[in-house]
Amino acid sequence: MFFNRYRRGLFITSFLAAPVILYLVYVIAPYIQAFYIAMTDWRGVTATPRFIGLDNFVRLFNDTVFWKAVTHNAALLVLLPLITIVIALFFAFLLNVGGAQGVTGIRGSKFYRVVFFFPQVLAVAVVAVLFQQVFRPDASGMLNGPLMALGLGPVGFLSDTDIAFWSVLGVMVWQAVGFYVVLFSAGLASIPKDMFEAAQIDGASRVSLFFRITLPLLWDTVQTAWVYLGILALDVFAIVWVMTLQHGGPDRSTTVMAAEIYRNAFEHFRFGYASALGVVMFFFTVGFAILSLRLSRRERIEY
Amino acid sequence: MPHTPHISRRELLRGAALVPVAGALAACATPAAPPAATSSAAPAATSAANPFGVGTKPLEIWIFDGGFGQDYAKNIHEPLFKSKYSGVEIKHNATKEITKVLQPRFAGGNPPEVIDNSGANFMDFGALSQDGQLQDLTPLLDAPSWDDPNVKVRDTIDQSVIDIGTYDGKFSVLGYVNYIHGIWYSQKVFRDNDWQIPKTWDEFLALCETIKKSGKMAPFTYAGKFPQYLYEPLLTMAAKIGGNEVLVNIDNLEDGAWTTEAMKTAAAAWAEVGAKYLMEGTTGLDHVQTQTAQNKYKVAMLPSGSWLENEQKTTTPADFEYGMFPIPDVTGSDKLPYGALHTQPGENFIVSARSGHPQAGMEYLRAMLSKKAAGDFSELVRTLTVVKGATEGRDISPGVTSASKAVAAAGANAVYYRWNNWYGPLKDEAVAATGELMSGGLTADKYLERLQKKADEIKNDSSIKKFKR
Repeated sequence: MFFNRYRRGLFITSFLAAPVILYLVYVIAPYIQAFYIAMTDWRGVTATPRFIGLDNFVRLFNDTVFWKAVTHNAALLVLLPLITIVIALFFAFLLNVGGAQGVTGIRGSKFYRVVFFFPQVLAVAVVAVLFQQVFRPDASGMLNGPLMALGLGPVGFLSDTDIAFWSVLGVMVWQAVGFYVVLFSAGLASIPKDMFEAAQIDGASRVSLFFRITLPLLWDTVQTAWVYLGILALDVFAIVWVMTLQHGGPDRSTTVMAAEIYRNAFEHFRFGYASALGVVMFFFTVGFAILSLRLSRRERIEY
Repeated sequence: MPHTPHISRRELLRGAALVPVAGALAACATPAAPPAATSSAAPAATSAANPFGVGTKPLEIWIFDGGFGQDYAKNIHEPLFKSKYSGVEIKHNATKEITKVLQPRFAGGNPPEVIDNSGANFMDFGALSQDGQLQDLTPLLDAPSWDDPNVKVRDTIDQSVIDIGTYDGKFSVLGYVNYIHGIWYSQKVFRDNDWQIPKTWDEFLALCETIKKSGKMAPFTYAGKFPQYLYEPLLTMAAKIGGNEVLVNIDNLEDGAWTTEAMKTAAAAWAEVGAKYLMEGTTGLDHVQTQTAQNKYKVAMLPSGSWLENEQKTTTPADFEYGMFPIPDVTGSDKLPYGALHTQPGENFIVSARSGHPQAGMEYLRAMLSKKAAGDFSELVRTLTVVKGATEGRDISPGVTSASKAVAAAGANAVYYRWNNWYGPLKDEAVAATGELMSGGLTADKYLERLQKKADEIKNDSSIKKFKR
């Protein structure tokens, strides 16, 4: 009996050892090192970084560009989940129960389901380059071409400081919606059909069907989506870096924390300072995760 | 529950024994232990023919594979070096991402010998210098030139190369290409429309007005996505108005250097161009898009440097005939005369001090500075080098001819600046603010105040290494 138990433990340990070591080496250890590098003035090429204590953090608090980046992340944190979830829920509802009988999707829903998922299949960098062309500020831009043909001046989707941020948000929503349509569809599929039928027999309209049946029963899935999207909003990087002018411009109007970290590390060669920014971002992300887990504790509806 | 998995204390300890292994592996993100001081003694005896004492160890070369490609190194420079040192194995490499590939090599303590540290992702020279990674190239300057043992290398290149390549009092960066900045146009278009090269700023504005009214094309554009293409003529104009010290003071982070009258006049002048004469959509286009628009005769003029002709060779119509003119006279009492020019050595080559064979690296640079190597280079990539007289008697393209005439006309009135390479964060601010200036988001005064504020911030930041010129 004891031997068996021992064997079993050994078996489990041997399976766990590889992933745990990989995780320690490639995830945990770099994190710990980042905390150390954050307290040095390492510029990336020397073998002997100088320890400078918390200087980098003091500097960071006066770094207006970084705090501007933080406000952009904060804005994304609120807007990205909100807009994406509303659109995705709407689409998922139409695709699954929005049809005439209230139990099937609207006509052609199978086709739309595939189309909605397309953006998710594209690599982020591809999306960013694609939208650079879509947003081109001359007649060969996909949006500006028609606008200019109509006699409306070219809109600086990426070159106008007041518009660029919204363009970034738009692209992120565009890319994210497809996945959440699928996620919500799966959630809807697990809701028993007779609930919808019963509600219909009682004369519920589509709107009340959505707010009284669909949304409450999907609430768990929505919360999951909210956390995912929140994390996406906090560590957005590729879209901003590749798509916007001057990697987060014009005039820093679209910059985010990750872009500032990258800029300081790989353009200004201030690895120590960049690590300090990374540490702050780490705490923001962990803070968000804890907060969202706390807030989302709620009784499940059993059915 | 008899079969609950259970890990005993003993097993846990055994698992813990593995942790140091992980720790050893994890040491890769932080730098390696300081390398033992490499002896700088030459591996072979020095002589007049072999001034640095090149040994037999291999020579590793990394070329930035950008606008000039890498063929010039493979087909011109490396064979020339090899012709003299057949025993040295040359390891040729090229990349578009210098930093990503080579920064780990520096941190790991085994950098390659010669690096063409150029392109958008070049390694920060200040950081390299601060860490003693750059080989002192002073012996190269004092060595006899490749062509003539009686002439020192120092005398075959322009003084500005030495000034600009000097970090911490040591000449350590060799700018190989002489970039000549100016306003570029099509000689054919100007001839066909009878447009004259403007000699004064009023003439320039009048010309813009004429071109605009003609309806044939837009008067002016610049690489709006990269506003550094515009702060170049702005600063050159300020230097023309207020003299070279305008730029020297900016480089030295002097108080109020950005907010001088000369800077105000220049900023206001370019803001006016931004408001009235830009090609539609300019602020969202990059250098390739705007330069191609010029090749398609959609816009008349743009500010750029002497790399332009080579960069555009595939889209330029055969009869386009690139030409360039310098910043026109602005106030009538400009400190520098007409023809003053911004020339700046670029395509920066370095030799790593901690590489295995820095002597061969220096010798390679000496070969590059021969008239044959420089002349062949200019023919191949249509760009002037810093080697004096290397294009004499050679058949070169119209744009290079135009630029070299401008250099000859400028004579001693050539200016340059270095703050953008010294202080990355200041460059970022200038890029961001210049875009705003040109699109009307900032007035000239606010623009300069903003840059002055950033310059002061950098001046007061003890963590940023300061440079002087």
